[in-house]
Order: sequence, then structure tokens, then C-alpha cells
Amino acid sequence: MRRASHLREPAAIKALLTLVALAYVALMLLLPLGAVLSQAFADGWRGWLAAVTEPDARSAIRLTLLVAGISVPLNMIFGIAASWAISKYDFRGKSILITLIELPFSVSPVVSGLVFVLLFGAQGWFGGWLQQHDIEIIFALPGLVLATVFVTFPFVARQLIPLMTAQGRGDEEAALTLGASGWQTFWHVTLPNIRFGLLYGVLLCNARAMGEFGAVSVVSGHIRGETNTMPLHVEVLYNEYNFIAAFAVASLLALLAVVTLALKSALEWRYRAAIAARS
Amino acid sequence: MGMARTLIRNPSPLPGLGLSLGITIFWLSFIVLIPLSAVFIRSWGGGWDAFWAAAGTPRAIASYKLTFGAALGAAAVNALFGLLIAWVIVRYHFPGKRLFAALIDLPFALPTAVAGIALAALYADTGLIGAQLARLGLAVAYKPTGVVVALIFVGLPFVVRTVEPVLAEVSRETEEAALTLGASRWQTFARVIFPTIAPALATGFALAFARGAGEYGSVIFIAGNMPFESEIAPLLIVTQLEEYDFEGATAIAAVMLVVSFAILMVLNLLQHWQQRRSA
Repeated sequence: MRRASHLREPAAIKALLTLVALAYVALMLLLPLGAVLSQAFADGWRGWLAAVTEPDARSAIRLTLLVAGISVPLNMIFGIAASWAISKYDFRGKSILITLIELPFSVSPVVSGLVFVLLFGAQGWFGGWLQQHDIEIIFALPGLVLATVFVTFPFVARQLIPLMTAQGRGDEEAALTLGASGWQTFWHVTLPNIRFGLLYGVLLCNARAMGEFGAVSVVSGHIRGETNTMPLHVEVLYNEYNFIAAFAVASLLALLAVVTLALKSALEWRYRAAIAARS
Repeated sequence: MGMARTLIRNPSPLPGLGLSLGITIFWLSFIVLIPLSAVFIRSWGGGWDAFWAAAGTPRAIASYKLTFGAALGAAAVNALFGLLIAWVIVRYHFPGKRLFAALIDLPFALPTAVAGIALAALYADTGLIGAQLARLGLAVAYKPTGVVVALIFVGLPFVVRTVEPVLAEVSRETEEAALTLGASRWQTFARVIFPTIAPALATGFALAFARGAGEYGSVIFIAGNMPFESEIAPLLIVTQLEEYDFEGATAIAAVMLVVSFAILMVLNLLQHWQQRRSA
């Protein structure tokens, strides 16, 4: 349908607004992304390759993959359980529960790390007990995982709760009536219904888990080659004025961001209805 | 059992309520609620005077002013440009629009440390933007203005993403009616469109403010981190932790958490406002 011409702005205004928006995004978003790449390859691809393959960088990459590999599945299981409980049943206090699940998004990353230091650090509530039993949480892998799980806590749940609420429980009830067990119903009915929404939530959860800086910075202790994830390794290199290496490792994280955005957009274009329930 | 029954309003034939709600409540308590409560219990241990002696030092107050002031300024800039970008995405067609729309989420996907070093490189007085600004006698990097620039970057997508769906819903009929009644295009925007999207704009503003107030990774590389001048509150928490000043770090964290909770309440009120508007 053609829109009435009086419903549109004059062409000049339209062109002006579009150009301002494009210029602003180019300046604020594209330029920083370009800066990472140009600095990373300032010494050519050999310098880049040397920086991303030296032992400390390799161990940072391994640690980042390990932390995300533990944290993302944990939050995926939690996200599915929480959305199942919230969307398939009717109980009191649901909106409070949803608010509490989304709480970590409003907490500063630094505070998200600090809370685990207060619990498990040397001065923390359980610090003495942990020391006696020779268990390391802070300045070790468990602390990095806890802090990462905290900051990525809401991602999967908040994607699935509206989607599963909109889908209702009719499909599941039908499967049960036909004699399927609870788990069969979940695997063969619910999971296929939510797969794209789940994938979308996991994608965003993973990007944040691999890129988290503030929270892991507080619990890591910055032990080179041991407790430095990729973002922390970038900081160490940058503070040592080793800019080319810092930007080289940062370029890997920028690549992760670009791939995440591409997959996210592809999911949105192809499966918009299957990702998010539009009210 | 008796209590559980009264809590559940409309019994569902689906199995798994106990398991899914059990996982949800256990995981939520273990990862989020107990750790966050540690901040309040630790910081209130010595009563109000001890709390304020730690949270209200002149250095801490200077950091709150910078943190919340910069977050407000950045949220205001993001409200303005976020509205413009959302308008252009919803209303206009131009080549490369899909790419443009996908790029808006870059700050969500790009790790904050990467954004931080990229912005520092661009805005330093030898950088691409910094050198131009230096000619005009303006310095951004290592100054409080640098904090605002970093927070504009991280907060950009919030306003766009909250305004976009609401703007897409504004019906052409209403606009047409306004025009039939003799309103100009600008009057239609100011009197008809803007009031409809105002709650979403305010929500985006509050989300950008909340994100900015807690932000750490993208700020510390571009801010000078000078006490009393360019030191944000999350950085002060980290500094005090490194000096084993747990009381100071925890007290400031408690202040940050109280602000987060206040913003959450405002966001809930805004949601009610929006629902009333669209009802």
C-alpha cells in the first residue's frame, strides 16, 4: 500500500536524519572496531600470529574456553528449568521470581566478583574452612566460573520465559495424554519448540561469558599463564605497553563479537517468530 | 505439601514442577541471593556510623559524583541518538539497512576490555579522533569526559532496542487522523508519536544509565583513574580490595547495589506506565 505523501517527512529531512544516524554509528561503533584490527596488524600478520600463539596467550585462550564451557551449560540447564517452572505452572510470586532472575543484569560487574570474594576469599565467610581443607576458589578456576555464571545468569532464562509462556502447555498436555512420559515430552515436544530461542540465548550467554572482564578481574588474581582469561590477558599486555600484542588478542575477541552478531542477526531474520514471542 | 498446594493456583497435569522449581530456587539462591546478601550483611556489621565512615569518604563521594554524573550524561546522549537511530531503522529504507541494524548491538557483543583499549587508542592525543580534538584544544582520554565517551559506547543499544518495537507499533491511522485535524508533521511527532514512545524512551534511558553506572572494563583504559578527578566507583572498589580494605570496598558496593535496586524499581514502574499506554 502506498503511504500518503503527507505522512512522510520532506525528502531533505529524511536524507539528513539518515546521514546523521549513519555517521554517528560509523564514528561511535565502526571506528573502534576498525581501530582494534588496524592496531592488531600494525606489525603485519607475523606480529599478530606471534602474539596470539605465545604460551601465555594460548593459556588465556584455553582458560576462556574452559570457563565458558562450564558456565554456559550450567546457565542453560538453569534457564530451561526456570522457564519450565515459570511458564508451565501457575503459582504465586512469579513476577518476583522473574525480577530476581534478571537481577544480575543490574549489578556492576565489579560487585558481581566482589560478592564471591566476600564468601570464599581469605577474609570471607568460608575462607578459613576452605583454607583448612586446601580448597582454592578465589584466584582459581572455581572463582572465575562462579563470577561468570553470576554475570551471565539471566541470558537463557529471559529468552525462554516469554517464548514458553506464549507457547503455553497445550502441546505437552497432548503428548502426555497420548502416553508419553515427562522426559519424553520434554525431549520430543518442548525442546524442538524452543530450539531457536534456546540457541539465541546460549549465543548471547556465551559472548558475555567469554568477554567478561570486571567480575573475573576481581576473582582472578591475575596470575599470568594460570588465571588470566583472554580479556584479562589483554589488560596485562596493555598495561605493559605491549600494544600490538594486546590488540592482537583483542582482535580475537572482536572476531567473536562479529561472529556472534552475524549469527544473532541470521537467527533473527530467519526465525524471528521462533525466538521471541511478540506480544 | 499443604502450603505448596495453596501456593499453586491452577494445578497443571505436567510433571516436573518440583524438580524445575527446585533447581531454579537452589541455583538462584546459591549464585545470586546469598552472595548479594553478603554485601549487605558485611557492610552493616558495624552499624550506620561505621558504614558511612567507609562509604562516605571524600574520595568515595567524588567517585559517586563522577560515576552517576557520567552515566546520566551518557544516557542522555544515548536517548537522543538512540531515538534518531530507532526512527531511521523503523521508518526509512536505505541500502545496507540490515547491516546497520545488526551493527547497533555491537556494544552488547564486544567485550568491554576490547572496547576500552580501542576507545583509548582512538581518543588519546595521538589517536585518530584525539589528534583532531587536540587541535581544537579538547582532551577526552584520561579525563572525566573519557568516562562519558566509554559509557555512550556501552549504552548505545539500550535506547534503540527499547524504542524500536514501540515505534513500529505506532499506528499510521493515528498519525493520519492528526494530520486530518490540521496538525503539521512536527506537531504530529511532538503530540502523537512522542507521547506513545515516551515510556519506552524512559526505559531505555534507565537501562543505559544502570549499565553505565556499573561499567568498569571499557572505562578504566580511557579514564585517567586519578582519585578525586577521574576515578569511577567500581574502580575504587577494585583498588580498595587490592589494598585489603574489605570494609571500604564492601560499603561502596552496598551503595552501588542500593542504586541498582532503585533503578530496578523505576524500571518496573515504567513498565506499568508502558502497559497502560499500549492498553
